[in-house]
Amino acid sequence: MTTSLSMILLMLGCALVTWIPRVFPFMLVRNVKMPNIVLKWLAYIPVCILSALVLESLFRVEHNFVTLDFLNFIAFIPTLLVAIWTKSLSKTVVTGVVTMAILRFFLH
Amino acid sequence: MQANLKESTITTDSFSQGVKDCLPTLLGYISIGLAFGVIGITSDLSVLEIFLLSVLVYAGSAQFIFCGLYVAGAPFSVIIITTFIVNLRHLLMSLTVAPYLTRYSTLRNVGFGTLLTDETFGVAVTKVMKEKHLGGNWMDGLNVTAYLTWIASCTIGGLIGKWLPNAESLGLDFALIAMFGALLVLNLTNVGKSKLLHYLKLIGLMAVLLYSLLYFVPGHLAVLIATVIVATIGVVTEK
Repeated sequence: MTTSLSMILLMLGCALVTWIPRVFPFMLVRNVKMPNIVLKWLAYIPVCILSALVLESLFRVEHNFVTLDFLNFIAFIPTLLVAIWTKSLSKTVVTGVVTMAILRFFLH
Repeated sequence: MQANLKESTITTDSFSQGVKDCLPTLLGYISIGLAFGVIGITSDLSVLEIFLLSVLVYAGSAQFIFCGLYVAGAPFSVIIITTFIVNLRHLLMSLTVAPYLTRYSTLRNVGFGTLLTDETFGVAVTKVMKEKHLGGNWMDGLNVTAYLTWIASCTIGGLIGKWLPNAESLGLDFALIAMFGALLVLNLTNVGKSKLLHYLKLIGLMAVLLYSLLYFVPGHLAVLIATVIVATIGVVTEK
């Protein structure tokens, strides 16, 4: 249960650079009226960023080649089906975690 | 009267409703938090440091990368710059959510921004898709529940990690991917039939673009660049 001054400073530095991008837009939109085209663009951000995060985890960089991350990919199939079928966050997460645990148990 | 009554049933802006809407995501926070705590211990962090990191940085992916770089002995400047780049996507997320909350005070907006994460963003935009409206009390309920759960999970994960050094193979790390997948599906269900095909094409494009970008830049940067490009193409090709 210990830490050092330099570690605290490092964490504070990381906290600051995480905090600024989170808060800055909230201050910006209070003072600047967003043009219509920007709002239209922002409407695409949720689906784009969520699909990017999912897809990025299904790829793997190996020996200068980008390939499919098979384990994640296989676990993602039942996960996606449960998401489409149940539209439930918790059921999807449980399916994903359990599938991955089973896969790792048999493949390792 | 009738109309007012109907409207109020669509948008209940209460702290407790925010807490309630956060509950389905808690499993994700708990899994990832526990996984982070375990990995923090294997990366030579103390339980106190794991606690502080989750309080101060409050971002799953950045905390994992922090551990990776710290244990590899990277210079502090590299750790801070990488954390900045990894979390830069929050700029886009805040920018998407902020226009719905401008009627609240500056201080409250600082609060909304400070506690924004991938998951609370996902839940908030799903609500916006359905109701075209966000309430401040609801946001606070959502954010505070997520924040406290995250801190508790990370810290408990650290304690578990001291006893079970091999707990990382449980599949908990996959919770994050599963949650993003579910949030993506929820968002797509709410875009409407006419736009769905457009969105699915964009996701196909996203896969190709992301694959190509991964040859040149690290994953977190590829996510950021691909999002900006595909969202732009989305606007340009909109009918």
